[in-house]
Amino acid sequence: MTAPSFTKAAGLHLLVIMSLFVLQFVLPAYHHLAITRIMVLAVFAMGYNLLFGYAGLLSLGHALFFAAGLYGAGLTAYHLGWSVPAAFVAGTGSGFLASLLIGLISLRTSGVAFMIVTMMFAQVSYLASLYFTTYTRGDEGLVMPQAARRFELFGANFDLTDPTVRYNIALALLTLTTVVIFAIVRGTTGRTLVAIRENEPRTLMLGYDTFRIKLKALVISGTLSAMAGSAYALLFAYVGSSFASIQYSIDALLFTLLGGAGTVLGPLLGTFAMFYMIDIASEYTAAYLLITGLALIALVLFFPKGIVGTIRERWVSWLP
Amino acid sequence: MDLGPFLLLATLEGLLQAAVLTLTALGLSLVFGVMRIVNVAHGEFYMLGAVIAWWTASLLSSNPAAGFFLALVISPLLVGAIAYACERLILKRLEYDPEATIVATIGMLYVIQQTVLIAYGPDAHPVEAPFFFRVQFPWFGYSGYNLFVIAAAIALLGLCWYILTKTRLGLIMRATQFDRETAQAFGIPIGKVYGYVFAAGAMLAAIAAVLIVPIRQAHYLMGLDPLLLSFIVVIIGGLGSLRGTVIAALIIGLSDGIISVFFSPTLAKMISTLLVALVLVFKPQGLFGARAR
Repeated sequence: MTAPSFTKAAGLHLLVIMSLFVLQFVLPAYHHLAITRIMVLAVFAMGYNLLFGYAGLLSLGHALFFAAGLYGAGLTAYHLGWSVPAAFVAGTGSGFLASLLIGLISLRTSGVAFMIVTMMFAQVSYLASLYFTTYTRGDEGLVMPQAARRFELFGANFDLTDPTVRYNIALALLTLTTVVIFAIVRGTTGRTLVAIRENEPRTLMLGYDTFRIKLKALVISGTLSAMAGSAYALLFAYVGSSFASIQYSIDALLFTLLGGAGTVLGPLLGTFAMFYMIDIASEYTAAYLLITGLALIALVLFFPKGIVGTIRERWVSWLP
Repeated sequence: MDLGPFLLLATLEGLLQAAVLTLTALGLSLVFGVMRIVNVAHGEFYMLGAVIAWWTASLLSSNPAAGFFLALVISPLLVGAIAYACERLILKRLEYDPEATIVATIGMLYVIQQTVLIAYGPDAHPVEAPFFFRVQFPWFGYSGYNLFVIAAAIALLGLCWYILTKTRLGLIMRATQFDRETAQAFGIPIGKVYGYVFAAGAMLAAIAAVLIVPIRQAHYLMGLDPLLLSFIVVIIGGLGSLRGTVIAALIIGLSDGIISVFFSPTLAKMISTLLVALVLVFKPQGLFGARAR
């Protein structure tokens, strides 16, 4: 891509981050919290999208990585009394290890088998979170104590019960993720990932080690998902089995599809749209999953490129 | 306490589990084998079968046996019709793209599940068994109905095997599975076959559900477990292999029954789930499946 398109794309992403930063001063309390949550979930969806949207690998087991972060951070903070930054590193680290291990095994398969294998592994982790109920309290979950919600970093004190602190931490993580994803997809790795998505045998023939590149994408994707999970546990002070269920893997897929797979900002927009769609729908019906289901069917039938994907196709071709 | 009675009870429970599982998994395997799509909504067709059975049986609550056998006819037919409609309206238009159909069937899963929740409610409802008698074993009496379910499953399997291997219908299905284009060139209406196969797969799940509903109640969330177990069976047995499906269902059903009785149901599921992931990784064609073409 040419230099002006890079400036435009980078500028657009900067603008999105900046408007999220400004937004916190005008939002009422409820939406302030909602956006905090959306930003954390968007990190998860953006991580998922690197694998699904760019590498074309449909995983149905990303809840495992989210849960690895959630439990990695939550259990160390709850049982071992680790400080917030240490617990965060532990959560992200366990996601890194989990994705490396799962990647080494599951990437031996492809296509439908890959989906089922990842789903099976995630299901094992979900069952494990129910089985080791002494430590995890299963479905009921753990609520972080007050003491685990304050920390000191570089001489400054942070209090995670303060909404402003939470909002800005979530924004910082989102910014980091956006920069990482943007850099990857504009760089060589991103190009190779797209090449693998479009035609893996040919990419292999050109001399690329496709297994290695796919593993790299899966590890980055899993680690970002775990980062979102750790942040979720620490910011919202709750750790429970439901986050490891298949539902959560499907949510990541849904957010990505709605926003546009294979676009940097799509998952953020998709998370935003889906979150508010479910939020509004749940005022009228408890069966909000009906909306999820209808959205999935409608998306694959009529709108396979998602919001940002369609915009890119029709109007702004320079979107990464 | 002796080990004998426990082992016998666990085996009987395992056989029951295996019988129902074989039918459900066979439906999934048929759809995957012929159409090459993974139907994630399969468990919901099972659930629909159970819920419709409850509804049918409650219409004839004065006579449980008549209610049950009416349900055994009506429930699969209705579920088959719903599945046929889903196939024609959604899957056909996706041109059976593997990833798109998975996403669409996940969507179908939620739509069916939540529609049932709205219409039927969150409570579990029982269906009365058509008959009661106890078979007396040396240590304990066992429900005769459970044994009937095992026998019925075996009979249905025999029927499926006959249809698939000995009839023209089976020939058409196998031809479609083997080579879609050539089958079409010989005048086989592929679209129609796909619609019917998808409906037949869902009907097998519905029959399994009607059989099990007098033992376990009908509940709107009951679909997930049979779905995952069917996946496990189909993969371990080898995709599209009838013999493999039956043997794998026996292994999984029995081990699940035995481990559940002696240890914990959660542990049993963890072990079989992990097993399947590893089978798929190291022997993708399953134990009895043909190599992927």
